[in-house]
Amino acid sequence: MDGKFKDSIDKAVDGDAIAELARESSRSIVARKHYGLSDRAFMFIFLLPSLFVLLFLVGYPFITLIRSGFYNFSVLRATTPAKFIGVENFSFILTDAFTWERFIFTGKFVVLNVFFQFILGVVIAYLLQKNFRGRSLVLTLILMPMMLCPIVVGLFWKYMLNTEWGIVNYVLSLFGVGKVEWLARENVSIYSVILVDTWMWTPFMILLALAAFTAIPKYLYEAAEIDRASSWFKFRHITLPLSAPVLIIAVLFRMIDSIKAFDLVYTLTGGGPGSATQTLSFDLYKRAFQYFYTGEASAYGVILLLIIMSSSLVFIRYLNRLAMQNVRR
Amino acid sequence: MARVRLESLKKHYGSVRAIDGVSINIESGQLVVLLGPSGCGKTTTLRCIAGLEQPTMGKIYFDDREVTHLSPSERNVGMVFQFYALYPHMNVYENITFPLRACRVPRKAIETKVKEVVQIFQLGGLLRYKASILPPGDQQRVALARAVIRDPNVLLLDEPLSALDEKFREEMRSELGKLQKRIGITTIYVTHDQREAMALGDVIVVMKDGVIVQMGSPEELYEHPQSVFVGNFLGTPGMNFVECLYDNGLLFLEGTEHRLSLKRSDLFAKLSSYQGKEVILGIRPEYVSLFEKSFENGLSIAILAIEPAGRYRLVDFLIGERVFRVRTDWSLPLIVGHKVYLYFSEDHICLFDRSSGEAIVT
Repeated sequence: MDGKFKDSIDKAVDGDAIAELARESSRSIVARKHYGLSDRAFMFIFLLPSLFVLLFLVGYPFITLIRSGFYNFSVLRATTPAKFIGVENFSFILTDAFTWERFIFTGKFVVLNVFFQFILGVVIAYLLQKNFRGRSLVLTLILMPMMLCPIVVGLFWKYMLNTEWGIVNYVLSLFGVGKVEWLARENVSIYSVILVDTWMWTPFMILLALAAFTAIPKYLYEAAEIDRASSWFKFRHITLPLSAPVLIIAVLFRMIDSIKAFDLVYTLTGGGPGSATQTLSFDLYKRAFQYFYTGEASAYGVILLLIIMSSSLVFIRYLNRLAMQNVRR
Repeated sequence: MARVRLESLKKHYGSVRAIDGVSINIESGQLVVLLGPSGCGKTTTLRCIAGLEQPTMGKIYFDDREVTHLSPSERNVGMVFQFYALYPHMNVYENITFPLRACRVPRKAIETKVKEVVQIFQLGGLLRYKASILPPGDQQRVALARAVIRDPNVLLLDEPLSALDEKFREEMRSELGKLQKRIGITTIYVTHDQREAMALGDVIVVMKDGVIVQMGSPEELYEHPQSVFVGNFLGTPGMNFVECLYDNGLLFLEGTEHRLSLKRSDLFAKLSSYQGKEVILGIRPEYVSLFEKSFENGLSIAILAIEPAGRYRLVDFLIGERVFRVRTDWSLPLIVGHKVYLYFSEDHICLFDRSSGEAIVT
């Protein structure tokens, strides 16, 4: 037993000493708090590096983007000082007839693209729900397109859809169908792009729809079966509403992706024929990195961002409403 | 409303025999309880009747129409699942009208039907609430309303009270009984709770390992169990059993010095082939009386434990190696460790074959 401890026991005989001891020990706890760091402080220290990276990689470019949207500026002429021109870039883009064509094309592309992928994805997922021999093999094969590189998909579809020697026209010729100019005709090429994008991304829809469908408890279908519901009635009143939140997220993803579609279009049609299949982001790419209208392209980017954000908002609000419904009545 | 007939129904999953030859005849308007421990095949039987499972063999008839291979929707049955299986995204109104909407019943007819069941099940204030947020008791009423709204041939209930707490369960049990009688619908009720079965069943079907062990009215099953299993399964606590050796009207209780002399002459005849053999004596806790003083045929045994149970006490004794429970009122002062005299009411004695567990006399 060390002397100090013995001392304190001796002291402890009278009550004053006990109070003294208690004060001493509580002081030491307070002291430790002062010299060490609180949990909150630690939290900030650990978060700081990633916050800094985020600020540097997202915050700074974002602010620069908005700023240069108001300037007449090109990175090719970096030495020429940028000239502040107010909202001229924005008004130019929004009054440009060519841009409006791109808006209309992109809108049409997004709507049809998401529509086909949604319908196909839900239908195929519905069929894949049932257990059959070789189901997992079929599922793996079906999911493959999604895992390929978009550039590659664009390129090989470009060859397959070739008017003269593409395999698609060859197969069609076996059925007596004449040559279709898949990529060279203005009113056909949009559907070719949709076809390829749908081929590639329907699996994503299938995957999410299948996950959503599997999460629905089996007993609900049994109850519906007892309640004499037809397959369609079950699908319409149980499967769809209960998988709605996941399906909405899937549609949201596909919509955002379609609005900014670029890589597939770039390799498949190069935006052609003429400018028929140029999406907004394709147009943006050309302004930014072919003509190097940096200021104008920045304004373009801001507009595109606003479009994506506002259209996502519609879905997210709907999603929130669904979530709230499950809490309240 | 329909009669339901099961003819040697079998359902095998590979080598597992979930149901192995079940035949039941259910009269129109009866409430039949399928009772048994978990895994006895009672729920599988119910699911076969509903059409959710295809039996491996055997036939199912509603009235005289064979429904064995019909889909659930072609059978017109109403069912309440164990955890109700309400449609969670719909409100109460949408839930209970689901069976009608699924069959495209015109709106006017739906409204009249809804008014009817809302009144029966007192759902008035709940119609606009989401089904998933209701307390279990309300969910159960909604599930029942959904099951009966389209006047099914048969009402199937799969442990409908098991999700409720004790107090509420008893309340709902009597509600359910009254309701069934009022609507007069043929009902098949699955439970593992013998008290529920006794309280509700016109007929109780006791099942074990996929076969029917005994079938009859609650009273018949309670007073005249055809096997040790039924005697033990019904009643709280179950029947007491003592291994005995039978010899000329005397039962020698195994592992003890005690013996009982039988007076009933009908017993002698039935026991004649058991002369010198072992039998099992069964008697319910309430048919044993306790006395302070000795008299003929009384067994003097020390009290092992006393458990108050409201108006009664359960008094435990040790006979051989088995705990023997007696239900008695509070009139006699009892002390643990002291000896009292046990007197068996001979009219209520049951005797079972030792090896098969089948009844000799009940």
